[in-house]
Amino acid sequence: MKQDNNTLRILPYVMVAPAVLILVAFYIYPIGYNIYLSFFSWNMRGPMKFIGLKNYKELFSSSDFAHTLMNTIGYMVMEVSMVLILGLLMALFLQKNTFINRFIQTISFTPNIISLVSVSLIWMWLMNTDKGLFNYILSLFGADPVGWLTDKNVALFSVVLVSVWKSLGFNVLIILSALGAIPPYLYEAAALDNASRRSVFFQITLKMISPTLFFLILMNIIGSFQAFETISVMTNGGPSNSTNTLIYSIYKQGFEYYRVGYASAMAVVLMLIVGLITILYFKVLNKRVHYR
Amino acid sequence: MWLRLPKVTIRLLLSVLLIIIFLAPFYWMLLTAFKTLDEVVAVPPKFWVDKLQWVNFKDAFTRINFLHYTKNSIIITLGTLVGQMLVVVPAAYAFARYQFKGKSLLFGLVLATMMVPGQLIFLPVFVMFANVGLLNTYVSLIVPFIASGMAIFMLRQTFMQVPDSILEAARLDNSSEWKIIRTIMLPMAVPTLSTLALLTFIGTWNSYFFPLVWTTTDAVRTLPLGVKKLQDSEGLNPHIVMAGNMMLILPILIVFMFARKHIIKAFTYSGVK
Repeated sequence: MKQDNNTLRILPYVMVAPAVLILVAFYIYPIGYNIYLSFFSWNMRGPMKFIGLKNYKELFSSSDFAHTLMNTIGYMVMEVSMVLILGLLMALFLQKNTFINRFIQTISFTPNIISLVSVSLIWMWLMNTDKGLFNYILSLFGADPVGWLTDKNVALFSVVLVSVWKSLGFNVLIILSALGAIPPYLYEAAALDNASRRSVFFQITLKMISPTLFFLILMNIIGSFQAFETISVMTNGGPSNSTNTLIYSIYKQGFEYYRVGYASAMAVVLMLIVGLITILYFKVLNKRVHYR
Repeated sequence: MWLRLPKVTIRLLLSVLLIIIFLAPFYWMLLTAFKTLDEVVAVPPKFWVDKLQWVNFKDAFTRINFLHYTKNSIIITLGTLVGQMLVVVPAAYAFARYQFKGKSLLFGLVLATMMVPGQLIFLPVFVMFANVGLLNTYVSLIVPFIASGMAIFMLRQTFMQVPDSILEAARLDNSSEWKIIRTIMLPMAVPTLSTLALLTFIGTWNSYFFPLVWTTTDAVRTLPLGVKKLQDSEGLNPHIVMAGNMMLILPILIVFMFARKHIIKAFTYSGVK
């Protein structure tokens, strides 16, 4: 097949067109459409009614929204701190390349590739108030049963726990690969200087993996704002709204109460929060690269 | 140290603890799936079963339309895998190998979509599908996922690493562009392509959110939604729910057993990109 100049000129466009069109249609355009919808009152069936900023006004004066926002932040703080602290400790513990460490690394990673629905169902059964394994073990120590998913003071923590169990292995994996990338001569130099173990950890280990930890913090924050499956499967946002987060609330407002405009306004607020964190991430990333 | 245990012992104890933390939930699912209802509710709970209750799997299979959800899961997973190759490979090749007007703008657009939190814009997309009559179709659960910014980015990197000299030689031989892609580019991109395929397979098979929010009937809903439905109707029969759950997990576990190293590498790569 001989190609003349004309085909070569349009060929690249033909090749990128399907991908670009799909990405624009499902990732770029919906952002604008979402903002547009947030200015309307609409129940998906009747006519759309333009109401300006009323959805936002209602949002910011609603105690439900404030409660949901607090739940979302609570979820995020618990999840990110647990994943990062436990992940770092586990990675340090597993650093030596032995058979048992590799085995633990593999099994801790397994939950990460399994559907969050499956993971949620397993833990729901473990956390069952009457017949769950957890409360049986507690009873052996004479403790009262805990309403893991039915007590409004505990449920959010339980849901976070499941998510931490699922994603810990992935975070360990990334931290381990960062630990492995620290040049050995740094440790050798520290040993020659008779540096204390504490200062080796803070001055070398932690310093060298801090970009990775920072990346993981932001990734986990962004992920925690979109946590949906655990809540949908395990609690439906209950008991008494204690696990109702922003993303779950958007789903409920949209598909249970058919308040499309109001749900869209919530999505815009959540998108702004996530967007700011993403921009912050790239800003800091650029700076780091620049100073290196 | 207050316990005065040798360091090796502490290490061993911690290792055992970690193994229990990550394996016990799976063991409990497996055990429950093979118990009778009496064994499930027995106090104290039994940590072993005498007779495997295979009937639980049959019950799980018939109480929801298991075959229907499985069929949908397979169609959507395969459709996404094939579609992604057809869309991503040419795009990545063009971005890697051709110069054309607006290239950097278009590529910037592709990269920007990697930053869009997809789960936050499900509502406008639902309205779009409703407006064009695409709700409850396979198309709606396949097409949005066949173009991925990350996949295009990864594959472009791979294509750019192919040395120019090889391409020049092929062009001198009067090979067509298509032949170059087929005989030189694709074989060199096999590791990247299989990485992408594994990530897509796992992500699509496990997906719960989009099949839930972009459908209004059971017509094209997938297995994770089916198993969730099993939980809704059979919540008082944990042995049946766990049996259904195992059937959802099994394909992933089989793939994981055979491609463990490759999958772990794929996730590491996507995590540190």
